[in-house]
Amino acid sequence: MTQFEAFVRKEFFHIFRDTRTLLIIVGMPIVLITLFGFALSLEIRNVNVAIMAKQNDPMINRLADRINRSDCFEVTDVVSSEAAVDSLMRRDVVDAVLMFDSGFSSQLLRDGAKLSVVSDASNPLLAPSEAMYLIQAVNNFFADEFEGMAQPQAGLTTNVRMLYNPQLKSSYNFVPGVMGLILMIICALMTSVTIVREKESGTMEVLLVSPVRKLTMLVAKMIPYFVIATAVLIIVLILAYTVLKVPLSGGLGLILGISLLYIILSLALGLLVSTFTKTQLSATLICGMVFIVPSMFLSDLVFPIENFPVVFKWMAQIIPAKWYIGAIRKVMIEGVSIMYVWKDIVIMAAMTVILIGLSFRNYKERL
Amino acid sequence: MRQDDYAKYAVFADSLEKSFGKKEDKVVAVKGVSLRVEKGELYGIIGPDGAGKTTLFRILATLMLPDSGTAYVDGFDISGDYRLIRDRLGYMPGKFSLYPDLTVKENLEFFASVFGTTIKENYHLIKDIYERLEPFEKRKASKLSGGMKQKLALCCALIHFPDILFLDEPTTGVDPSSRREFWDMLSSIRKYGISVVVSTAYMDEASRCDRISMMSQGRFIGTGTPAEIIDSFDRRLIAVSSDEMFRLLRDLRDISDVDYCYTFGDVHHVVLREDSLASPDNLSAVLVDKFKHENVAAAYCKPTMEDCFMLYESKLV
Repeated sequence: MTQFEAFVRKEFFHIFRDTRTLLIIVGMPIVLITLFGFALSLEIRNVNVAIMAKQNDPMINRLADRINRSDCFEVTDVVSSEAAVDSLMRRDVVDAVLMFDSGFSSQLLRDGAKLSVVSDASNPLLAPSEAMYLIQAVNNFFADEFEGMAQPQAGLTTNVRMLYNPQLKSSYNFVPGVMGLILMIICALMTSVTIVREKESGTMEVLLVSPVRKLTMLVAKMIPYFVIATAVLIIVLILAYTVLKVPLSGGLGLILGISLLYIILSLALGLLVSTFTKTQLSATLICGMVFIVPSMFLSDLVFPIENFPVVFKWMAQIIPAKWYIGAIRKVMIEGVSIMYVWKDIVIMAAMTVILIGLSFRNYKERL
Repeated sequence: MRQDDYAKYAVFADSLEKSFGKKEDKVVAVKGVSLRVEKGELYGIIGPDGAGKTTLFRILATLMLPDSGTAYVDGFDISGDYRLIRDRLGYMPGKFSLYPDLTVKENLEFFASVFGTTIKENYHLIKDIYERLEPFEKRKASKLSGGMKQKLALCCALIHFPDILFLDEPTTGVDPSSRREFWDMLSSIRKYGISVVVSTAYMDEASRCDRISMMSQGRFIGTGTPAEIIDSFDRRLIAVSSDEMFRLLRDLRDISDVDYCYTFGDVHHVVLREDSLASPDNLSAVLVDKFKHENVAAAYCKPTMEDCFMLYESKLV
């Protein structure tokens, strides 16, 4: 067995004997993807709608029936007073209400009628989409109702289209984000911790006083995490494609290529952290606070960077995850070709080279 | 001296200095240490905790650069030729530093591969030691007893047949019988021509070495064979006891003939001033008459390594 093989074998022993950590590494992405895919969804589903009409109106009944039949909405209450609407909203029974003026259908045919959509905005992310969906449903209804008639539809011509993600499926956005985070945690955090562990336990002292070259040692440290990160990447992609129905439209090759580059970039980041930390605790904190948390906030994962103050926009530029998530989003969901993400790729490659260079310069051959 | 001359020694060190920390809280760990270890010698560095032994070992093992001074290991400069030294050095740090999650065999295999060799190739070197570990081959290193851990660490440091072996306090925290066993192994290693430099805080282990240096507060305070060191004790040493041992120690210090005294097992050892003419009988008479001690016993005794250490240390101040 060569020196290098022995090293890699040893690293795999460390990983596979620490079953709990391994479970977390592999389990976490699965849980996160499922969580973001289903539970934390921002999709419009099963929205409870109430109808408020002052008097019984056949057209309103038809409209209510049409809305009820869609997947998105369920008409749970029909009330006749504004006070009742208020009470429904407060008790959180309904998410949105359609309010019709009295004599709605007769007014509509003569000189236009008013229809109000009231939406519960306590969830600010969902409320606008719900309202918009409702308006669309109503529009569709009237379009069918007056089909072939010359009657203009006053005020009901809103037409908004959602590009790339027409159903506003949030999992589309979360999948690249979760991938960016997970790979960063596995590669940067785990690599730095495993190197620093050798410093902490004193085994580094023995390894330094041996003919092992730093290149051998550092590459051997990185290989197992590269393998695990690639495995996790494949699991996440399979889950995303089969369970969450993320289209992967830009081609698997490009997605894998960009992801592998990002994995190497994260490994280099972990390497750099390990060269200047002495304890596993400080390595964890630095990776967590300096790299992973900003990756969450500054990478477009949760909040759009466009809305940030200039300082943060600048900071976001040096966050590797930002470039990765951006590129993967474009390739995975918009299905663009490499021509549209070459800039992100070049930036990530440059970051990798700089980080590896710095770590090799920083790595000390003495205590 | 030419390079060739350094190569005659396993270790050649000249006025090594090393300190830590900035100005005000600067700690000098090694103060002008010079050392010559002959090839094939079992060399001991004896001193209490905090004497600077570990720092000295780290300098010699190329893990640290000295602030000043030069050192050659096997004829190679510790700062310039450190790679060459690392090829032919076996080093066992004071702290247990094997992989706790690997088994006994895996640890040994790993360190063999690191040095580009196999267990088989040099098995004859570690056979005596490893035979005792063999029943536990598949046990994780973390589950071994203290003595077993040290034996395994020694095997790992020896597996590549080094020219020179540095052992930093290998017997600290190990039970007496395992300690004895460990020293037997060190003695047996020498038959392969491996030079061994070992540090310890246990004075009684000094006699197992060919030559020793006593270290205190970063300095070497005495060097020689164990016999030479014992012979160099040039003062009169008296062992004293009475019914009240604690008061006795204080009272002894009040007697003008006594240079210094300290507890040694169940008696006190008294070192008389160089110009003192007192005998044990004089001493016990004073203790009985002046200090009212009962059952006083006083007699000359042979100096041990510890007595020598105390003497050298007192000369230091």
